[in-house]
Amino acid sequence: MSLAPAGSPSTTLTSGDNSTVLSLSEVTKTYAGTPPVHALRDVNLDICSGELVAVVGPSGSGKSTLLHVVGTLDRATSGTVAVAGHDVDQLNDKQLSSLRSRHIGFVFQQFFLLAGETALDNVADGLLYTGMALSNRRVLGEQALAQVGLAHRMDHEATKLSGGERQRVAIARALIGSPDIILADEPTGNLDSQTGEDLVQLIENLNATGTTIVVITHDKDMAARFPRRVSLLDGRVVEDTRKTEDRCAP
Amino acid sequence: MNTTLEPSRLAPADMMRASLIGLRTRRLRSVLSALGIVIGIAAMVGVLGLSESSKSDLLAQLDRLGTNMLRIEAGSGIGIGSGVLPDESTAMVARIGPVQQVASISETEARVYRTDLVPSGQTGGISVAAVDENLLMTLQGQMASGVFLDQAASNLPVVVLGSVAAERLGVSAGDNGTIVWLGDEWFSVVGLMETLDLSPDLDRSALVSYAAADAYLDHEGVPGTIYVRTDPDDIDDVRTVLPATVNPESPDEVEVTRPSDALEAKEAADQAFTNLLLGLGAVALLVGGVGIANVMVISVLERRGEIGLRRALGATKRHISIQFLGESLLLATIGGIGGVLLGGAVTAAYAWSRGWGVLIPTVAIVGGMGAAIAIGVLAGLYPAMRAARVSPTEALRTL
Repeated sequence: MSLAPAGSPSTTLTSGDNSTVLSLSEVTKTYAGTPPVHALRDVNLDICSGELVAVVGPSGSGKSTLLHVVGTLDRATSGTVAVAGHDVDQLNDKQLSSLRSRHIGFVFQQFFLLAGETALDNVADGLLYTGMALSNRRVLGEQALAQVGLAHRMDHEATKLSGGERQRVAIARALIGSPDIILADEPTGNLDSQTGEDLVQLIENLNATGTTIVVITHDKDMAARFPRRVSLLDGRVVEDTRKTEDRCAP
Repeated sequence: MNTTLEPSRLAPADMMRASLIGLRTRRLRSVLSALGIVIGIAAMVGVLGLSESSKSDLLAQLDRLGTNMLRIEAGSGIGIGSGVLPDESTAMVARIGPVQQVASISETEARVYRTDLVPSGQTGGISVAAVDENLLMTLQGQMASGVFLDQAASNLPVVVLGSVAAERLGVSAGDNGTIVWLGDEWFSVVGLMETLDLSPDLDRSALVSYAAADAYLDHEGVPGTIYVRTDPDDIDDVRTVLPATVNPESPDEVEVTRPSDALEAKEAADQAFTNLLLGLGAVALLVGGVGIANVMVISVLERRGEIGLRRALGATKRHISIQFLGESLLLATIGGIGGVLLGGAVTAAYAWSRGWGVLIPTVAIVGGMGAAIAIGVLAGLYPAMRAARVSPTEALRTL
């Protein structure tokens, strides 16, 4: 059984689309203060459908700010941000919520699972704000949990699972609506090395099935495994390993 | 690619589920914060319920006793009167058209003792009065045991005791035939009366007939108090003419009262007390509301991560505020239901213990729930707005 989330785009992206999912042009983000903090400076970045990208940089380099701006949780001070074809600057707060509910999936270092709910219901919450009925969300949730290898844990209370399992639940929650892009902020940050390694493999496997994933990390070794790395330093992109000929299709 | 954005939506069932999360995961805190509302609503429902049950009992009592009785007394004291009514006053009153029953009482100097060995000073506060045989019927009184004075025994040394008098003399139901030392004679106790609601002073009296008072106590039988039953429709008119009828020479020396007024006055006093208790209940409710607001504000601070997550999942500010407002509303509603049940139980238990019928007014239940919901909304507004204002990036950075 396959259910499309309510309001999902009529065109389903696949790994072969190679269209632009995310586009940043001359994006800056400055926090007021004395002196002002320039978290992002003139960032230009395109991410194509089906890409697996690591955004890497030391602490304070602007990684989290970039994630918040790309995830429409915060607005850029200047420049243009487009997600799934929508110019974020033109959208009001409600429209940004709508964009997040259907086009962007988030994975956080702290998992952010809801206590008192099963793994399945936590995953189903990934589509909570689309208005889809809980029964339908649960069907999609079962599929997403199976995708991350946790079908046998769906009725367990999410917050009582192991760290690795909790992060898999969080990934399933991000996956459930087949968003255009999944943004993962230090997804292995709270996991031991072996569990972290398993999770990176899961991310690679999901990407192999066509899911666009951006991983924010300070772990250079993990970033080195990904096909594309974008390095940040002091708010600037100092390295992008994508070749010029690999630009997204218009 | 640029598809039209459909607005974020939260189905009502999901809204309820989201609002329940905080209550389910912090049960003790939820129960304690709802307890304030429970106490406030229970106090208000209980006070209104007890007041109504008491009033209903009083109305039943007034219905049973009737409000058509008047009590006539002679004023006593300097410039007010001698304390006795004219000899012929009972007959004069009986001639007033709407008057249905007349019964008089005349206080004697005699005292009653359990035996003749009891020192004369130990009267037990019991007075001895000569009364008409129809007094019990006029007062709508009841016998606890035995019989009241009647024509057949009017010349015999027999006595009927009021409820308090019987208790003080150590005479109980079933002891009919007991003799007591009254004046300088042995009198047989032929009956014990129940408490007289309209004339409680007679509860502390030993009653003999006028004939017996004359024969054994050397009492002249000038009436001191007269009880009158009238046609209920004419009671005001009768009340107006009574002083001049009883004592045409000095109508100002005659006091006419309506005993049922005292019961109604008592009810009015109870009502004032009820209003005071209602005010206290409202204060308790207010404190309960502040408690909920406090818990909700703490909840917003503690759950910033959840707020951030929900915003990331697509919740609008309105969704967040509705979730927290719903949580406050649920807390208050649960408190309201608990309060109505507790208040009802307290009312039922107390009314049962007093032998009243249980009457919980609908306005107390509906008003109690309404007040709880209103408090829930008021207490939740500020925390809900505060939750909605939480910046998602700040919230996600919290943990």
